[in-house]
Amino acid sequence: MNAAPNSIRIGTGAGYGGDRIDPAVQLLEKGNLDYIVFECLAERTIAIAQKEKLENPSLGYNHMLLPRMERILPLCRKTGTKVITNMGAANPQSAAVAVKNLARKLGIDNMKIAYVTGDSVFDRIDRYMDHETLELREPLRCLKEQIVSANAYIGSSGIVEALRHGADIVICGRVSDPSLFLGPLIHEFGWSGEDYEIIGKGILAGHLLECGAQVTGGYFADPGYKDVPDLWKVGFPIGEVFSDGTVIIGKLDDAGGIVNRSTCIEQILYEIHDPHSYITPDGIADLSKVSVAEIGENRVKVENASGRAPTGKLKVSIGYKDCFIGESEISYGGPGCLERAKLAAEIVKRRLRFLAVSLDELKIDFIGVNALYGDDLSPKLLNGGESFSEVRLRVAVRTKKRKQAESVGEEVESLYLNGPAGGGGIKVSVREIISVASIFISESDVTVAVNYENT
Amino acid sequence: MMKKLRDIAHTRAGDKGNISNISVIAYNLEDYEVIEKELTPERVKNWFSGIVHGEVRRYELPQLGALNFVLSDALGGGVTRSLSLDMHGKTLSSALLDMEIEC
Repeated sequence: MNAAPNSIRIGTGAGYGGDRIDPAVQLLEKGNLDYIVFECLAERTIAIAQKEKLENPSLGYNHMLLPRMERILPLCRKTGTKVITNMGAANPQSAAVAVKNLARKLGIDNMKIAYVTGDSVFDRIDRYMDHETLELREPLRCLKEQIVSANAYIGSSGIVEALRHGADIVICGRVSDPSLFLGPLIHEFGWSGEDYEIIGKGILAGHLLECGAQVTGGYFADPGYKDVPDLWKVGFPIGEVFSDGTVIIGKLDDAGGIVNRSTCIEQILYEIHDPHSYITPDGIADLSKVSVAEIGENRVKVENASGRAPTGKLKVSIGYKDCFIGESEISYGGPGCLERAKLAAEIVKRRLRFLAVSLDELKIDFIGVNALYGDDLSPKLLNGGESFSEVRLRVAVRTKKRKQAESVGEEVESLYLNGPAGGGGIKVSVREIISVASIFISESDVTVAVNYENT
Repeated sequence: MMKKLRDIAHTRAGDKGNISNISVIAYNLEDYEVIEKELTPERVKNWFSGIVHGEVRRYELPQLGALNFVLSDALGGGVTRSLSLDMHGKTLSSALLDMEIEC
C-alpha cells in the first residue's frame, strides 16, 4: 500500500436527487478531484423507490442515475476520480448492474462497481412493532398495514471496504449523508474508525459538502445584503481535506457562486440541532468549537470539530402509505381581491359540508397574505399596511381516499362559473402521500454487505 | 438605536421531521453580543406564534458569531405530511430578519 496522502480533494456532484448535471461535469474536467460524491436521497425518496421496486424488481434506483453516469463515467476514467453515491436508493444491486451495462456500452473496461446493501430491514420489520415512532409517539404497530419500506441510516463501513477492494464506483442505498464523504477519508488517511476525535472532523467535512451549492452561494443570495456573482452558473464545492481533518472549502475559479465565512457558517449549522451532538452512525460530531477562516478568494478553512463514540443505535426511516393531499388554487386581483378570495373560501367550506365530504384536515391559505407565516406573524411583516394587488386562495386538504381530495378540487374549479367575480388561474392537484416515521434499532441488527460488478 | 435584524445578521432554515432550525449569524463578530442579548428564545417563540407550537431552544456559538434556534412542532406535523405551502419551513428564516432589535 502507498503511503497515506497529506490531503485529498472531494467534489460534490449532486446535493439532491434532481440536482444539475453540468456543475459535476465541470468539477471533473477542471477540479483535479480524487473523489466525487452524489448525494441524492431525501427522507422519503427511498419509500417511493421501494414502491417502484415492488412493481418491477429491476427498478427502485434513482431515475437520474444513468443520465448522470453517462456524462461522468468517461471523465472519471480519464482523471481516475472515484464515484460514491446513494443513488442505489431501494435497489443498489440493480443500479450497479445498470451502471456496468452502461460502462460497457461506453467502452469503459476494467471498471469495478461496488454496491452496498444491508440498510433495508423491511424483511424483519415485525420485530419492531413495539418500538414507538419519533414523529407519532405511538407504537409502530399502528402503521403495520401501511408500511412500504424500512431503511436504516448506515455508516461508512461498506464504502471503506469497497474502496479497500479497489472499487471505482460505490453505489449505496440509505447511508448517513456525511458518511458518503467520511468513507474515502477513512480509507485514504487510514483513520481508525474508533478515533472519534478525527471522525468528528471528517463528519463536519461531509456535512459541509453534502448539500452541494448550499455552501458555494446557493440558498444564500439576498440582493443588496448577500450578493452572489453568477448565481445562474453556481459551482458545486470542492473540499480539500487534510489528514489531520482540516478542510478547505472552495470552488472552481470560473464557476459562479461564492465561498466565504458566511456561506460556510450557514451550512455548518444547516439542519443541526444541538451543535455539541451531531449524531451519525459513525460517531457524534461536536461542532460547538468549530472555527472558520477566509484564507483566500473563495477559500475557507474550517477546523476544530471533534467527536465522540456513536450511540450504537441506528435511525430507521419507515415509509408508510399515509393519506392523500389535495391542493387547489384560484387567484383574485384588483380592489377587494382579498374579500373575494375569502368569500370563495367560505363557499368551498360550505359546499364541502353540504356534500358531506370527509376530510382529516383542511387548510385555507391566502397566498400573498398569510400562506407562509399565518395570521399572527404576517401582519408584523406588513408593518400595519396591506401591500398586495392580487391574492391566491389555496385550499389544502388531507383525506383518506383519493376521491375525497378530488371532490375538493372540483369544488374549487366550479368557482370559475359559480364563485365571486374575477377568479382565474385555477390549478388542482391530488397526490398520494407516503410519509416517513422513524424508530431506533440496535446497530447489531444490521449487517452491511459489499458486492461487486466488473466491466 | 433600533435596527432590523437584517442589517446586522443573516439566517438559514433547515428541517428535520416536525422540527425547524434557524441559524442567525452576525455579519461582524462584534455584533454577536447584540443578537445574543436581543434574540432570546422567548422572543423568537413569540415572533413565530401560530407557527411554532413547541419549545424554542437556543444554542450559542460565539466564535462563529452565531446562534442556532431549534423550533419544535413547527412544520405542520412534519415535512413529509404537512399541508403547508412551504412544508420545509424554508421561508421562516427570512421572516426573522424583520425583527427590530436595539443596537
